[in-house]
Amino acid sequence: MDPKSTLTIDRMVVPINGERNLLDLARRVGIDIPTFCYHSQLSIYGACRLCLVEVEGRGVVASCSTPPEAGMVVRTHSEEIRQMRRIALELILANHEQTCPTCSKSATCELQRLTRRLGVEKVRFKPTHKPQPVDRSSPSLVRDPNKCILCGDCVRACEEIQGVGAIDFAYRGAAACVVPAFGKDLNQVECVNCGLCASVCPTGALTPKWEIETVWKDIENPQKKVVAQIAPAVRVALGEAFGMEPGSIETGRIVAALKALGFDQVYDTSFAADLTVVEEAEEFLDRKGKGERLPQFTSCCPGWVKFAEQFCPDMLSHLSSCRSPQQMFGSLAKQILPAQLGVAAADLVVVSIMPCTAKKYEAKLPKFRQEGRPDVDHVLTTQELAHMIEEAGLRFTELEPQSLDMPLGFKTGAGVIFGASGGVTEAVLRYAVEKVRGQRLEAVDFHELRGEDGVREVSVEANGATLKLAVVHGLKNAATLVERIRQGKAQYDLVEVMACPGGCIGGAGQPVSRDAEAKRLRGKGLYAADKMMQLHKSQDNHLVAECYVRHLGGEPGSSTAHRLLHTKYQNRKRIHGESLTVLESGPSQKLVVSVCVGTSCFVRGSQTLLKGLVEYVEAKDLEDAVEVQATFCYERCDRGPTVRVGQHVQEHCTLDMACQLIERELEQAANTSG
Amino acid sequence: MQPELTQPEATPSERSSGARRFAKVCEILERHGHDAAKLIPVLQQVQEEYRYLPEEVLTFVATSLGVPPARIFGVATFYSHFALKPKGKYTIRLCDGTACHVRRSTAILDALYERLKLNEKNNTTPDMLFTVETVSCLGACGLAPVMVINDEVHGLMNPEKAVQLVDEIVAQEREPVR
Ligand code: SF4
Ligand code: SF4
Ligand code: FES
Ligand code: FES
Repeated sequence: MDPKSTLTIDRMVVPINGERNLLDLARRVGIDIPTFCYHSQLSIYGACRLCLVEVEGRGVVASCSTPPEAGMVVRTHSEEIRQMRRIALELILANHEQTCPTCSKSATCELQRLTRRLGVEKVRFKPTHKPQPVDRSSPSLVRDPNKCILCGDCVRACEEIQGVGAIDFAYRGAAACVVPAFGKDLNQVECVNCGLCASVCPTGALTPKWEIETVWKDIENPQKKVVAQIAPAVRVALGEAFGMEPGSIETGRIVAALKALGFDQVYDTSFAADLTVVEEAEEFLDRKGKGERLPQFTSCCPGWVKFAEQFCPDMLSHLSSCRSPQQMFGSLAKQILPAQLGVAAADLVVVSIMPCTAKKYEAKLPKFRQEGRPDVDHVLTTQELAHMIEEAGLRFTELEPQSLDMPLGFKTGAGVIFGASGGVTEAVLRYAVEKVRGQRLEAVDFHELRGEDGVREVSVEANGATLKLAVVHGLKNAATLVERIRQGKAQYDLVEVMACPGGCIGGAGQPVSRDAEAKRLRGKGLYAADKMMQLHKSQDNHLVAECYVRHLGGEPGSSTAHRLLHTKYQNRKRIHGESLTVLESGPSQKLVVSVCVGTSCFVRGSQTLLKGLVEYVEAKDLEDAVEVQATFCYERCDRGPTVRVGQHVQEHCTLDMACQLIERELEQAANTSG
Repeated sequence: MQPELTQPEATPSERSSGARRFAKVCEILERHGHDAAKLIPVLQQVQEEYRYLPEEVLTFVATSLGVPPARIFGVATFYSHFALKPKGKYTIRLCDGTACHVRRSTAILDALYERLKLNEKNNTTPDMLFTVETVSCLGACGLAPVMVINDEVHGLMNPEKAVQLVDEIVAQEREPVR
């Protein structure tokens, strides 16, 4: 070995392979240095002091922020180091709520694991933190600040991978904490419910919100028929919770487990995914033909949809109007199953098993309700299902596989690969290319779409036309791509966006895994499942075709299909809050004028408009009658600047328009009172 | 929940000061080229305008700098120089450093809270006259317990004296100005 590129670590001479720090190098050669604040995908923070090592001639350094150098002699577990790590852990534990056995993270908690591993036996320090309220406002997550160890992993994940920045450090010293802006609840800020923060959190400070108890209740209720839909990504990950290899396809055992738990019928979200492919591909071909609203963005990831509603109002018309497979399944199930199962509509309970925390949010959206009932009643994550199986004492690995119920349990491989990044695009292509070419597509695999890069661009030829596609995961990547599209630097026909790294297989509801390999194996599992299936194209799903004939108005895009399978998007404000009074009116206040200074309106010049309005009011001596406010977001961002004058909300408002409105309102008020 | 403010009716000039201040904020942002790297000087200057950092103003600053509001909140709460709540005309700062603490500064704090109907969370009176804060060591341990009203230092305090000082200010404020 060339001594110029080697170093010695724990008496082993090892090569340096361009690792960015000693920590990565140590892990590569099989030494698992403990860490809390290090994630290879995120920037380096260097705060937890657990990764300390000793470098000869330099003393103790943090291995996460020390680049390897040739000739270094490193010791990773000297007596001094071990003591220092224990003290660091003790200090953390002193301020950590001691309710571990009841914590939903208990079995997978990194803090507990390292405490055991490093042999901390007692905590000699006194807590300095005061108990804080637990934030249960989010439909997807629970935030318990009392369990936070301030490693900042969540902060960096939210900012660096999702580009959201919904949570950050606040205050200092003993009061330091990680909170949403202004200490608001998580559901009042721009959080998109992706759960990435929870999946990187080493403790129970951020966890998916469980709804197991409500599901048990419905199962127990003899009047209710409880049916399940299983998302594609769940089948290749649930086994991990029972010591099986990531990627092993466990559909049959999951069905068996759900039946044993008391579910009446078990169906497959992949059926609805096939339906999504048909609707979305038709929509795409139609738009492509007309050259309208391209690129078309996929809409099956609710994290991405909320992100777009908040941050990309100008792109909302580009989103496919298709509901996600979960919601298509829900509305269809509520439509057809009551008759089929002989149960009153009000007594049918649809539970989805999802890899995802954002699906919980999606299922609760008011637009996905019919006759006052949600299309999807409860959403369980893969983790929650694993927990229910454990609680019921089922030995998962020993269950005899069972088959899914029909018709909503039948699917093609296209509906299964939905769970991996690139899968939706591939499934849509298997439909669209066949249709464009007008002949049977035999080679259904589009390998160029598969992969792990956060942004992948692919061109596909079909009948002389070139389809330009992009596949992104991670919302920050999506935001960058959208910006390039806005600036005309990139042009696509179809863009697939998934919030979670790797797509749904990497969802925050999946079993917690410290193994980076796991995600890759889950993906492989999905493509293997596709291979094992007889059919690979959604258009070949004859039960989907039959469904169109019997329940969906005969053909894709029919008005019934639109009512049940499509949706609309809305601009959504990022942060809830009061408006700011700019010009307070006198005691005789009559008219409130609010100018939106939210981002979209701001970039359209609402600040100048506001200034102009104040000048106008002052020049006309209207200060006694008019109050001017700056406010944030009327959820009409694509039509800004938005100004409200009294009860009237004016879109695309100009200063002249606003002044005229004020005059009119004041006149009317004078007439009615006079 | 913010306490309800029973403020006296604003005069027209006070009223349009809102517009002036807002214009000033816009100007500050422009002067710093809407550059997120200048966040701290921006916040300092905004605070000079409002005497504290109102949430809505911070949201506006976040929007126009393109920074998540959570980040701005983090910065604004990190530096003790920034205030997120309006403060009263008289800021009473009571030392709770070791020396003052052993001389029972806590009893003084309780007395002030009781007199002014305040607590740790709601520490400004609804009439915006008083804000009560604790600080760790004012560097006058020889005079412990120490209390500072605006810039005036009062040493060797006890609950009765503290309440008396408050009463004096209240009486003085009640007097007609002319
Ligand atoms: S759920 Fe996603 S968007 Fe919300 S705080 Fe966590 S990482 Fe950020
Ligand atoms: S919530 Fe979790 S990930 Fe975030 S700082 Fe606290 S312990 Fe770390
Ligand atoms: S991993 Fe290096 S300091 Fe936390
Ligand atoms: S920014 Fe949403 S309406 Fe103005």
